[in-house]
Amino acid sequence: MYDFDIERPKSIAEAVASMGDDVQALGGGQTLIPTLKQRLASPEKLVSLTGIAEMKGICTGDDGRLCIGGATTHADVAAHEGTFAGLAQLAGRIGDPAVRNRGTIGGSLANNDPAACYPAAVLGTGAGVVTDRREIAADEFFDGMFSTALDEGEIITEVRFPVPQKSSYQKFVQPASRFALVGVFVARYADGVRVAVTGASEDGVYRWSEAEDALGKQFDAGVLADLEVAAEGMMEDVHGGPDYRAHLVKVMTARAVTAAR
Amino acid sequence: MVHVTMTVNGNAVTGEVEGRTLLVDFLRDDLRLTGTHVGCDTSQCGACVVHVDGLAVKACTMLAAEADGAAVATIEGQANADGSLNVIQQAFQDHHGLQCGFCTPGMVMSAAALLMENPKPSEAEVRDYLEGNMCRCTGYQNIVKAIMAASGQDVATVSVA
Repeated sequence: MYDFDIERPKSIAEAVASMGDDVQALGGGQTLIPTLKQRLASPEKLVSLTGIAEMKGICTGDDGRLCIGGATTHADVAAHEGTFAGLAQLAGRIGDPAVRNRGTIGGSLANNDPAACYPAAVLGTGAGVVTDRREIAADEFFDGMFSTALDEGEIITEVRFPVPQKSSYQKFVQPASRFALVGVFVARYADGVRVAVTGASEDGVYRWSEAEDALGKQFDAGVLADLEVAAEGMMEDVHGGPDYRAHLVKVMTARAVTAAR
Repeated sequence: MVHVTMTVNGNAVTGEVEGRTLLVDFLRDDLRLTGTHVGCDTSQCGACVVHVDGLAVKACTMLAAEADGAAVATIEGQANADGSLNVIQQAFQDHHGLQCGFCTPGMVMSAAALLMENPKPSEAEVRDYLEGNMCRCTGYQNIVKAIMAASGQDVATVSVA
C-alpha cells in the first residue's frame, strides 16, 4: 500500500480537529482499506474512529428513537435484537462474521455503496443521521451512488431510528460479495409504511412510493401484485440486468411484507 | 511511524509501524508469526483470521496501528501448553478437515471464535459462520465435521451439502 499517516483520536472533538484537506475518516475499514489497496482513494492521512468510546453503543433516546453510535459494529447491532428486530436481522447478514466485527454503521452510510444494506434501513425508517455538526434526515442524506449530503470532513457520530411496529429486510444476496443484488427494507408505522430499495437503482438507495401507498392502505403482500416496477434506471452487471433487478424489487418487497414482525 | 503496544498470544509486544502497515504484515514480517496466512488480501478468503480482543477479524483488513492496546490471538497460540494440539486442531486432524492446509489457520481461528460465542452450534450455524472462510480443496464437508466434533457433538449426522 502507499504510505499515509494515521491518527487515533479518543474523542469526537479530537477527531474533528484532525480532519482537513486530503484527510479521510476511517470507520471499520472493511471497504476503505481494500479501496486504499487498489489506489481508488489515496488520502494523505486517516483519522481512525475506532478508538472513540463515545461513538460506540446503542441506547433509546428521550424521543423513543433507537440511537446507535456511528462507530458501532454490525455485530453489536446484530446482537441487540430486543428493540428493533428488523435492524438486528439486517446487521447480522452483512458480509461475514469477521467483517461484522469491524465494519461500522457510520462507515457504511458515509460510503453509500449502491448495494449496501444499511442505507435501506436508514431510508426505510426515515432515520436521522447525526454528525459532528447537525442532524440530517434520511430523505436528504443519500445523494446517488457513493455520494451523500456530508460535507468534507463531516463525521457521522450517531444514527437515530424511529422504531417501527413491524419491519423486515430481505436481501437477494450476490453470492460472491454478499452485498445485495437487491435488498428491500419494509417498515410499518402507525401513520404509514416506508419501503426502501438498495442494490437496484443506478441512483443508489430509493423509496418505492407506489408500494408505500398500497401497503399503507392494506399491509399485505398481495397488494403489490398490480404494481409495475420499471426496468429503466436499474443497474446492469454480470449478475443481473435491469429487468431482473426490477423483478426482484417486487419479489423482495413481498417477502419483506410477509416476514415483517 | 506509530508506536504500538499489544499482547500477542499473551506476550507483550511493542513495535514501530507505518500508517499503512496491516496487522497481518506486523504479525508475519515484524513478529515472524507466519502461521497467519494471506490468501486474497481483499478480505474475501479468511486465511488471515485472527482474534482481536476475542473477536474474529481479517488481519489483512485492519491496520496494525488500530491494534494498539489490543489482545491479539493467532494460530501460534492455539496449541495446548504442552505443545499438543488443542481440541479444534485435533478434530481437524481426526476428521481430515484440511488438504493443502493453506486456509486452515483461518478456519481454526474462525472455529474457535464461533465456539466461544456458541459452544454447541448446529450444522447450519457452522456453515453460516464459515461464510467468510474459503477452502478450495475440501468442499468444506470435513471442516464442518471437525468443528461439530470439536464442540462435542455427533458428526454422523453432518449432511452432504
